[in-house]
Amino acid sequence: MRKELQVAALENGTAIDHIPANAVFKVVSLLKLQNLSNRITIGNNFKSNKMGSKGIIKVADKFFREDELNRIALVAPNVNLNIIRNFEVVEKKKVVLPDEIIEIVKCNNPKCITNNEPMKTRFHVIDKEKVELQCHYCELKIRKEEVVLL
Amino acid sequence: MQPTSLVNIGDYSRDDIFRILQSTLKFKQNPNRDLLQGKVCATLFFEPSTRTRLSFETAVNRLRGRIVGFSDSATSSSTKGESLKDTIMMVSNYADIIIMRHHLEGSARYASEISPVPIINAGDGSNQHPTQTMLDLFTIYETQGTLENLTITIVGDLKYGRAVHSLIHGLSHFNPTFNFVAPEELHIPDKYKTFCDRKNIPYNEFTDFSPDSINSADILYMTRVQKERFTDLMEYEKVKNVYVLHNDMLKDSKDNLKVLHPLPRVKEINQDVDDNPKAYYFEQAKNGMYTRQAVICDLMGIKTELL
Repeated sequence: MRKELQVAALENGTAIDHIPANAVFKVVSLLKLQNLSNRITIGNNFKSNKMGSKGIIKVADKFFREDELNRIALVAPNVNLNIIRNFEVVEKKKVVLPDEIIEIVKCNNPKCITNNEPMKTRFHVIDKEKVELQCHYCELKIRKEEVVLL
Repeated sequence: MQPTSLVNIGDYSRDDIFRILQSTLKFKQNPNRDLLQGKVCATLFFEPSTRTRLSFETAVNRLRGRIVGFSDSATSSSTKGESLKDTIMMVSNYADIIIMRHHLEGSARYASEISPVPIINAGDGSNQHPTQTMLDLFTIYETQGTLENLTITIVGDLKYGRAVHSLIHGLSHFNPTFNFVAPEELHIPDKYKTFCDRKNIPYNEFTDFSPDSINSADILYMTRVQKERFTDLMEYEKVKNVYVLHNDMLKDSKDNLKVLHPLPRVKEINQDVDDNPKAYYFEQAKNGMYTRQAVICDLMGIKTELL
């Protein structure tokens, strides 16, 4: 029996599945979807065997660059990315935490220059497994659970 | 590639450190040279620090450079709300090098990224103060004849002491052994122990200022234990006299031992130590001027090899 799709199938574009339910709208903003005029389907709180509830985003006729997609690795590290052409999944991808994270994370040090000047924040990922970041400017180290997004 | 700015002691490789040490030796022989004739150096002290500023400004003056700048942000346009970026862009129009101290951490790194002229970090909050480390390294090199295989005992506030953290980093190229002597509340943070472990640097930790930690040392690096660092004032009262060096404590120390301190000192080195030939902290402060001459010339591309 054919499994019923929870959102309409995509002819061409990118489907991002298994987004943690609490991160869907963060993913929207990290990918700057609000600026696109493409057809976009955003679904949330769908049932998921793996994760309880999940979000799905489908963007028609849009194929993101890798560095664009990797921006979401901090909030949604285990998403399934499906590249779809002519209703077929032609490529499956995983997001990878980049070596540097620019303009996504806030520095937790109130005395850091990035919290006091109109400038981009910049972090080095010093441990990709444990997700440990270090501020490029004040050198503060931030653990995964301490990460605050801008 | 040689660094174009000095923000963090980590910007200097082992070779960079040696090049600066050799150059510093020459400035110590003769600090009065015409190397900066026609150059303008800006000293931007957004946060006052008379000791550091005078050391830098004397370094420049003795090389015949000219100085512009301010010694307190109250007299700069940052009080009008100007961004650091705009101040740096303006000053870099006028000066050939910028020496800055700022209360915000990371400010010097940011300045070095936007400035077309070299930046020297003269302290960014509690983060970095690399010329302090360079003068410490020079003083150790000068008094021991080497930086290799030395035992360094560091006493006092090892938790917040910026000079201590950078010194550990700077010495890490040279196979040191560290003795960390500190009260429980101010012991060396784990990240520096991890750093030592990663670099295979042996270290011992003590809470008492024992004769052993003094007598095994080539360098005894004293720092201030500040009352405001303690959450528990009872604890401060208990330890405030424990980490104090008296002259008689040096009686069985090694002949080559030198006592260093980043200054200002309060009570942690008793004045009776001052006349001991092993007391070297005032000479260490003086070395700061020569080291800064070397760093300034190096960043401005002024060769000192043939001096």
